[in-house]
Amino acid sequence: MKVGVVTFPGSLDDVDAQRAVRVADHEAVALWHGDHDLCGVDAVILPGGFSYGDYLRCGAISRFSPVMAEVIEAARRGMPVLGICNGFQILCESHLLPGALIRNDHRKFVCRDQRLRIENTSTRWTSSYAPGAEITVPLKNGEGGFVADAETLDRLEGEGQVVARYLDGNPNGSLRDIAGVTNARGNVVGLMPHPEHAVESLTGPGTDGLGFFTSLVERVLA
Amino acid sequence: MTTPYTCGVPRVVVDVMPKPEILDPQGKAVLGALPRLGFSGVTDVRQGKRFELEVAGELTDEVLEQVRQMAETLLSNPVIEDFTVSVETTPDAVETVAGPAS
Repeated sequence: MKVGVVTFPGSLDDVDAQRAVRVADHEAVALWHGDHDLCGVDAVILPGGFSYGDYLRCGAISRFSPVMAEVIEAARRGMPVLGICNGFQILCESHLLPGALIRNDHRKFVCRDQRLRIENTSTRWTSSYAPGAEITVPLKNGEGGFVADAETLDRLEGEGQVVARYLDGNPNGSLRDIAGVTNARGNVVGLMPHPEHAVESLTGPGTDGLGFFTSLVERVLA
Repeated sequence: MTTPYTCGVPRVVVDVMPKPEILDPQGKAVLGALPRLGFSGVTDVRQGKRFELEVAGELTDEVLEQVRQMAETLLSNPVIEDFTVSVETTPDAVETVAGPAS
């Protein structure tokens, strides 16, 4: 599959995301925030970083960049879209995903290897994992606290839209230990931890993150 | 110091505050710092944002409605924040209340 990775001014993890795409035997396509088309890609990743300097709110400016108009339209048509960290914040600001990310409750930047449980293995980005799989991938954020009103949280839990949950302690105050969510259709996934940093054992805590990128092709072949 | 500007230029102020039920870690940090500096008696602090918009031409209802749309679309995130829109037409009065007395 051709997987586009968007680079915004201030993106940090776009090159790692491209590499993860290639490690999973897909073709990585670099997309630019000012682009008005998606260059024929089959899926899009919004990478981590500090797009537009996190000015105003994390993701608030990026959400209105030209390429995001295309991403939002494609996501509504069903294209797989994965937002990691800052990308998750952009997806929430775009209202493609419910809730919002606020400053960590303990007010410190957190950077550590984080254990997670994959709660939903039927999304376009998680079908490679066994139900209830426990994985370890890096987590690094200052504004990673997932919040939504109680009604929305209940709906997310009830509909199985919680994709991943933190294990071994909540690192940032996210309500109900939520690390990632999906939309009702399961094609848009937002995740605060970084699976793209855990695809090769040389440079990460292991290869537990690779499943997010291999899930794409398995779903297509199925 | 406030930026000097021509008397009579309409200024629209958008105040954005985290919703009451949303945790405000920045406000908590300020609340924690006050007693350490010897200020007592403050029981809560909420930190928000203030946007000052200078608008060309007359401040019509239509313009104010546009500002509300700006506030709802970009300046605030309605999932976690509330906003209010107000108009300041007396810059002199603003000058007198702004800044330290030095």
